[in-house]
Amino acid sequence: MELVINGESRQFPSPLTVAELVAALHHAGKRIAVERNGDIVPRGRHAETALVDGDRIEIVVAVGGG
Amino acid sequence: MQASPHSLTIAGKTYRSRLLVGTGKYKDFSETRAAIDASGAEIVTVAIRRTNIGQNAGEPNLLDVLPPAQFTILPNTAGCYTAADAVRTLRLARELLDGHPLCKLEVLGDPSNLFPNMPETLKAAETLVKEGFEVMVYCADDPIQATMLEDIGCVAVMPLASLIGSGMGIVNPWNLRLIIDRARVPVLVDAGVGTASDAAIAMELGCDGVLMNTAIAHARQPLLMASAMKKAVEAGREAFLAGRMARKFYSADPSSPTTGLIGS
Repeated sequence: MELVINGESRQFPSPLTVAELVAALHHAGKRIAVERNGDIVPRGRHAETALVDGDRIEIVVAVGGG
Repeated sequence: MQASPHSLTIAGKTYRSRLLVGTGKYKDFSETRAAIDASGAEIVTVAIRRTNIGQNAGEPNLLDVLPPAQFTILPNTAGCYTAADAVRTLRLARELLDGHPLCKLEVLGDPSNLFPNMPETLKAAETLVKEGFEVMVYCADDPIQATMLEDIGCVAVMPLASLIGSGMGIVNPWNLRLIIDRARVPVLVDAGVGTASDAAIAMELGCDGVLMNTAIAHARQPLLMASAMKKAVEAGREAFLAGRMARKFYSADPSSPTTGLIGS
């Protein structure tokens, strides 16, 4: 299936959960936040949230800023 | 216990420093951390940005250098030009920071001067306050709109002293005084401070705190400037509390006795 992650299209095998996606991108256990199609996916629900073809995902971190 | 003149209470929580600092524009994370330690700041701002998507595994994370258990992390909405983008960014920030509600709202209007877009700022503030955020808000130095933000429920108003990152200093102390005199929530100068005397002037005007980033990060020696800013904010606060003497225009008044001079 195709997912748009941080604005970039990527192919992933289905089925895939948010937790599996985060692990595949090497962010497991890191301080990140995930949004799926405009809605927050709380950390506690990463493992149970299945992704579907065409989902738009944002993954963010804190960076230096004023 | 008597409260320290240097502690600052925002949304019911007391912080040890009236100096708030940003974390941008440093050479690396170790300089960021050292400068923040030298500044004595407890509240530090961060930006929220897209992470790398696997191409840079093992990239250091700012929150490992500034653990939320040790600092109060103030996520900002820098780079947002609409209320919708700002609200979306802060929802992500709240998730990132385990539900912590304190945030810095800024909705910009023009990339060349980074002035706030006040109609969008007011709109975003309404939504965020309804959603339970504790909003510290970057705003124009306009006493009427500062009051509107307060009425919406913002926990601090943060007028610019001059343009973000400009170091132009306190360009309109008169407007800042108007805001301070009316405000029922803390007023912090956010943006424009260039050097220690600017921070002291803001505090002498009666500001509750100062938020700065570039003045420290882009000083020739950031750690030394961080220390200078800590002292300037404390000195300015003490001078404000002490109450300055009245200005006597064109009228000198000797500090030494006028009697008992030898040969008199």
